[in-house]
Amino acid sequence: MSGGHSTYTPKTGLGRWIDARLPLPRLVYDSFVAYPVPRNLNYMYTFGGILSIMLIVQIVTGIVLAMHYAPHTSLAFDSVEHIMRDVNSGWLMRYLHANGASFFFIAVYLHMFRGLYYGSYKAPRELLWILGVIIYLLMMATAFMGYVLPWGQMSFWGATVITGFFSAVPLVGTAIQELLLGGFAVDNPTLNRFFSLHYLLPFMIAGVVVLHVWALHVTGQTNPTGIEVKSKTDTVPFTPYATIKDGFAMVVFFLVFMYFVFYIPNYLGHADNYIPADPLVTPAHIVPEWYFLPFYAILRAVTFDIGPISAALGGVLAMFGAIVVLFFLPWLDTSRVRSAVYRPWYKLFFWIFAINAVFLGWLGSKPAEGLYVALAQVGTFYYFAFFLIIMPILGLIETPRRMPNSITEAVLEKNGGKAVPHAAQTAAETQS
Amino acid sequence: MSANETNDASAEHNRRDFLYIATGMAGVVGVAGAVWPFIDQLRPDASTLAVAQIDVDLTEVQAGQSITAMWRGKPVFIRNRTEAEIEAARETPLADLPDQLARNENLPADASADDVSRSAGEGRENWLVMVGVCTHLGCVPLSQQGDFGAWFCPCHGSHYDTAGRIRRGPAPENLHIPAYEFISDTVIRIG
Amino acid sequence: MKTILKGLTALALGLGISGAASAAEYPIYEPIEQSWSFAGPFGTYDRGQLQRGFQVYRESCAACHGLDRVAFRNLSTLGYSEEQIIALAAEYEVEDGPDSFGDMFMRPAIPADRFPDPFPNAEAAAAANNGAAPPDLSLMAKARHAERGFPRFVIDIFTQYEAAGADYIYSLLQGYQEAPEGYELQPGTYYNPYFLAGTSLSMPQPFSDGMLSYNDGSPETIHQYSRDVAAFLMWTAEPHLEARKQTGFVVMIFLLLFGGLVYMSKRKVWAAVPH
Repeated sequence: MSGGHSTYTPKTGLGRWIDARLPLPRLVYDSFVAYPVPRNLNYMYTFGGILSIMLIVQIVTGIVLAMHYAPHTSLAFDSVEHIMRDVNSGWLMRYLHANGASFFFIAVYLHMFRGLYYGSYKAPRELLWILGVIIYLLMMATAFMGYVLPWGQMSFWGATVITGFFSAVPLVGTAIQELLLGGFAVDNPTLNRFFSLHYLLPFMIAGVVVLHVWALHVTGQTNPTGIEVKSKTDTVPFTPYATIKDGFAMVVFFLVFMYFVFYIPNYLGHADNYIPADPLVTPAHIVPEWYFLPFYAILRAVTFDIGPISAALGGVLAMFGAIVVLFFLPWLDTSRVRSAVYRPWYKLFFWIFAINAVFLGWLGSKPAEGLYVALAQVGTFYYFAFFLIIMPILGLIETPRRMPNSITEAVLEKNGGKAVPHAAQTAAETQS
Repeated sequence: MSANETNDASAEHNRRDFLYIATGMAGVVGVAGAVWPFIDQLRPDASTLAVAQIDVDLTEVQAGQSITAMWRGKPVFIRNRTEAEIEAARETPLADLPDQLARNENLPADASADDVSRSAGEGRENWLVMVGVCTHLGCVPLSQQGDFGAWFCPCHGSHYDTAGRIRRGPAPENLHIPAYEFISDTVIRIG
Repeated sequence: MKTILKGLTALALGLGISGAASAAEYPIYEPIEQSWSFAGPFGTYDRGQLQRGFQVYRESCAACHGLDRVAFRNLSTLGYSEEQIIALAAEYEVEDGPDSFGDMFMRPAIPADRFPDPFPNAEAAAAANNGAAPPDLSLMAKARHAERGFPRFVIDIFTQYEAAGADYIYSLLQGYQEAPEGYELQPGTYYNPYFLAGTSLSMPQPFSDGMLSYNDGSPETIHQYSRDVAAFLMWTAEPHLEARKQTGFVVMIFLLLFGGLVYMSKRKVWAAVPH
């Protein structure tokens, strides 16, 4: 499929005229119509499309909110309440944007875990995976800065705590922190730059998404078997097959998203953020948004000095390390087999990892004291052990299950050996 | 191939086409419905509409004095005219006016631009209430200036007379008079 | 493998619960869950209750607590006519100006104005109240949320529970008690086991039975006053709740039907392709 010949043939004179000058229709046709996708993709492969839509939803609602929002400490909270009360459909815009951030992360986590399960990061898709991790990092930065903008108590203290991480860096820590804040504490300069960057970063995300999709279309998608596409019968054209399937998944995803927006819009937020920011009063529990909780637990799990590294710095390093390790995933996994479907032991460790991640998230919402700390340390240990110990060793010693020879064979086995060869192509032809 | 089979196939074909078209139509309806709030939010919001009505106390405005009030983000000139100003406006024949309509929200759209129709009406001819925005390109005219000793727009040289009517220059219409009423002898409500 | 997972989950939960029990947490008593007219997918505000709640706010809370995000014009939602709102607004004085001499002046409020604060600033509010500034109440029903704990925070998704703030306000207002024996009450504070941030608070019990008279025959009890003002504050915090739920219903129905159509189309498209 990489470098495959374009099958686009413009039907009208205008189409040929455009094609000779700016072959944009050809690009769209080749990428989203004729583009071959493995026929055995399941619904876990629909989150890429869902994420594209969520990015658009966030950008569009965000632009609308920026029309009514004032990035100044004395006005920010009031302007958000103005949006909620007076602006026509303003409450809807804000709840869409706030819950949209959460659902963006729900989709991205499912997308990443799918990649982890089916080995989507393995050669030749290393760059595809790394671009994805960069998108994830940008998303985290965007979400963090966006949460500061309403200028509630959790906004203010979240910003204080997170920027405080940098003060743990030896020698230059305080200088870095002051550089980020534009002052000695979170204040108007901080709010103003966060607003500016919060507006900028989504467009950078969109740019990296283009690269991500480009890289995807060079190597082609993986599939649940992890076997590369070998013949035409292994694939179906993107349209209508993947389009309609992605469409259905999107509607289901939106059903849940809208349920939150319209019925429990504040469920995923914090009550404290409906109190205007007060630099003199710290909330009892400063807790980040749910999508950061596992990393927050890792941050707080390091309660001891490691040689010259203080506990505070160790926590920060562990937290950033938890994300940095993802970049090296393609080389940490030594297995020749891509998909967990044929790796019984990896499958077990994967599910423990998934549960561990949720568990760390729950610990992140708890105060860092007593048993919670010990549990977070166990969870943190497993998090790193999974990537740094289990993955490299398991790939060398595990005996994979027997694999089918091709995607078509796998599909036919699953469907009870019914001989329906190259059905997709013939079906596609009878469509018209 | 029998005729029966062909019929079955085309019926199946029709059912399928119907389903696809229905799905597509529903999608279009959904997108249209989702677009509405994004347009809706551009309209003036509740707090803007709420102050679209203001009360102005005129007790201290003596004859020959003006005050300027803010209404919907625009200046509103309120002038207590002198007898001489009223007289000057009255003596102007309608034929001399480039715009012969009153442009008064409180009167029918075809009311003529005579002095009474421009003022607050019989018995209150001394009061002139106008939106202080030049009808040419939206600048704010200067008061007590220009060829008629009334209002003059410095942007492109429009001259208005003592009844706020355009007399010379590029402005096409008389200064607009907003909807207003006297809610007491000394207080007017604009909007 | 499933049994292993179950075992792990059970272990994790067991440890979690014992961990939670070890930490001292407030409130001592959980908020009492009330049944509210605005709960559920078709919830609406009870206008009579909002009016009573507004009366309670005006006569009992307003001396110390502001409501500065609510404008008089918003009261039309409560069922007041335009004339009533104009008359009501005129009872309040708001600062305006500067006038032509450069002085600020007081004038009667108009419907476009918001409720004036009882104190000029937080410092004045604190100074007049033993050092504890009474918080503004506009958003109170969304700004307080007692920990729900597992598994309730999961169940809350399905029951659409968003009355945590209203339940808390109700519970706090009717929850003043004699301090238990041996408990050392800080001077100037009042014991209340429903308080979220400790055991006692600076606000005294604001109500007593019969202290306010309702003109619609509702019971004049602490319980009823607390309920009514909690519902009123839910409205001030979330004025578009009704529109939200009504729009939501249309959206959900549409997505269900549209989802059904897309699913059938998807079945048709893939009918000839085993996958």
